[in-house]
Amino acid sequence: MRPLQLEVVPVPSLASLEADKLSSPPLPALVPHVRIRPSRGWVSLNLREVWEYRELLYFLIWRDVKVHYKQTALGAAWAILQPFMTMVVFSLFFGRLAGVPSDEIPYPIFSYAALVPWTFFSHGLMQASVGMVTHANLIKKIYFPRLVLPTARVLAGLVDFALAFSVLLGMMLFYGIRPTTSVVWLPLFMLLAVITALGVGLWLSAMNVQFRDIGYTVPFVTQFWMFATPIAYPSSLLAEPWRTLYGLNPMAGVVEGFRWALLGADTAPQAIILVSAVVAVLLLISGAYYFRRMERTFADVV
Amino acid sequence: MAPVAIWVDGLGKQYRIGERRVRHANLRDALSSALSARWRRTRDWLAGQAAGIGGADETIWALRDVSLAIEHGEVVGIIGRNGAGKSTLLKILSRITEPTTGAADLYGRVGSLLEVGTGFHPELTGRENIYLNGAILGMRRYEIDRKFDEIVGFSEVERFIETPVKHYSSGMHLRLAFAVAAHLEPEILLIDEVLAVGDAAFQRKCLGKMGSVARQGRTVLFVSHNMGAITQLCNRAYWIADGQIKLSGPAAQVVAAYLAEGTADQAVWRSPASAPAGQDAQLTSVRVLDAGGQPAAIINFDSPFRVEIGYDVLAPVRDLSVTFHLFDAQENIVFEAMDTDLPEWKGRVRQPGHYQAVCEVPPRLLKPGRYSLSLVAFIERVKIIERQGHIVTFDVSEVGYELNPGRLGVVAPVLPWTVTPPADGGGRV
Repeated sequence: MRPLQLEVVPVPSLASLEADKLSSPPLPALVPHVRIRPSRGWVSLNLREVWEYRELLYFLIWRDVKVHYKQTALGAAWAILQPFMTMVVFSLFFGRLAGVPSDEIPYPIFSYAALVPWTFFSHGLMQASVGMVTHANLIKKIYFPRLVLPTARVLAGLVDFALAFSVLLGMMLFYGIRPTTSVVWLPLFMLLAVITALGVGLWLSAMNVQFRDIGYTVPFVTQFWMFATPIAYPSSLLAEPWRTLYGLNPMAGVVEGFRWALLGADTAPQAIILVSAVVAVLLLISGAYYFRRMERTFADVV
Repeated sequence: MAPVAIWVDGLGKQYRIGERRVRHANLRDALSSALSARWRRTRDWLAGQAAGIGGADETIWALRDVSLAIEHGEVVGIIGRNGAGKSTLLKILSRITEPTTGAADLYGRVGSLLEVGTGFHPELTGRENIYLNGAILGMRRYEIDRKFDEIVGFSEVERFIETPVKHYSSGMHLRLAFAVAAHLEPEILLIDEVLAVGDAAFQRKCLGKMGSVARQGRTVLFVSHNMGAITQLCNRAYWIADGQIKLSGPAAQVVAAYLAEGTADQAVWRSPASAPAGQDAQLTSVRVLDAGGQPAAIINFDSPFRVEIGYDVLAPVRDLSVTFHLFDAQENIVFEAMDTDLPEWKGRVRQPGHYQAVCEVPPRLLKPGRYSLSLVAFIERVKIIERQGHIVTFDVSEVGYELNPGRLGVVAPVLPWTVTPPADGGGRV
């Protein structure tokens, strides 16, 4: 909302009113001005307004987290169990039985370090894509920048991520892996995971308003996506230039980045990461614009 | 002249009918309906029809060319029948949905209240929900902190404030939700029919609170079916019919005109030919008639009215009973009445033909508010022939009679009291 100087507009229909009966306090010289016009085609993202609604964003995240932990019997344990159990299964079948290489790192921590950001991503993607429909009532009854909703859904997953990550730290201690200086890059890879989840989430959530199929497709797609991401195996299995092209899957960059920053897997995944970062940012920008374009019909359709 | 708070110019909202009713639950439906629409257009074209005509009936204007101006500090009511476009107007002004044409400008911080308790979560405590709902309604955190005690006091649920709201009674839930909403203090407040819920005593409290909000010089746009509240609270009113402003002016005048002209548009009419095979009877019409025998949308509290049900008996049938259920706005069944209540129709065989059953409801019985009728036709202890839920709606309005608005109870009968004064004639001073 851009504060505007209030213009006095000639109002013919009010001329008949007894103006002296209205006891209006003096208006501040600057009042927020809400401008309502039909929009056409692509519209601006209006991130300034999203920033103005940051408190709502905070409360929505807080609510998702709180309800999530209140409603489940195991509460916080779920956040750890899911990636941990997957790690156990992977270690058994891929690590032990199939003998999949793991860049000279113990297989359990090799796969777990990838499963932690992956779980954040897949969970965030799922939550964001069904978010519009789950919160249909909010959309139909309240105005707020709609971008807040999928953003909150993705960011709420950070709490689960932190829990699963603490287990990862415990495992590093157990295996005696000391992080190298490249660990300073870790927040950047986390950001990359957030960007990817949000970018894809925005696309899917806007589509899911129109086509409920999306909600059913997401679990299925993430399943495929997981195996298309170097989680159970290292990307170093691929020769260049295919390995760099692998970065077109932005989660490949995230996962390789995590391993590189934390475990010091010296496989130089820089090229992958670069490609992934570009793809993720493109996904986010296109997703946000697509979302904004579809947004105007949300309240009518959802 | 006071500065303008809301300026609306030529606002229109068009819905594709499909958008509002059937939505595409999945891709397959969307694809098939897109294909069938294309096929329809091709067929129309082949049949030599103008393309525009086929397309025109697939959309409706929920709102059309609405212009209005509201000064800062005015309290303005919006009235009109269900589906007239009142809520659409409020949704556009709240920026929930976009207009198709026209423009609107609002000067000041806008708060809208289209529903109380939006975003309430049953698992969260009363305290947590106050913060959440407050944030959703656009309150700042420090604002909620500051008003927290007042909100809790207003809601009358102090003792349960740390209890998850799933354990609240529906009344408590609503009071808490309204308490948050009542403490919203934007410069411009848009309110949709939120007073239609809640018990009477609390409703009165909320009306009082809204009255004080209005006196603080805020601009309020208020949609309601409660004509009493509109005349009490608003300086001006707009009457919207078929998506257009039909009348505007001082609230009392607009309400009077609305009540005078309100005509019932809801009745079902069907030909016996459409009855399923083997059926014994079929409902054909339901109307609510005022004291003068005219179909009415608004019934005066002070006068009787009639419910007229038409039905066709298709084959001789014994023990047929046609019943209506009267629901109030809270979905309570106020009462049930059946045409076999009369002893002469008990157990009698009805010969085929058209029947008209009229039930007269006495005056001074139904509380002012919104009511709806459901119909059931059944053969006693055998089967239900037909069921029609909430097919006719009407309002009972208290205009012309002073009824205590906070009156408790589902009905408001004015009963014959005998008050005996003291023997000396009550002459003591």
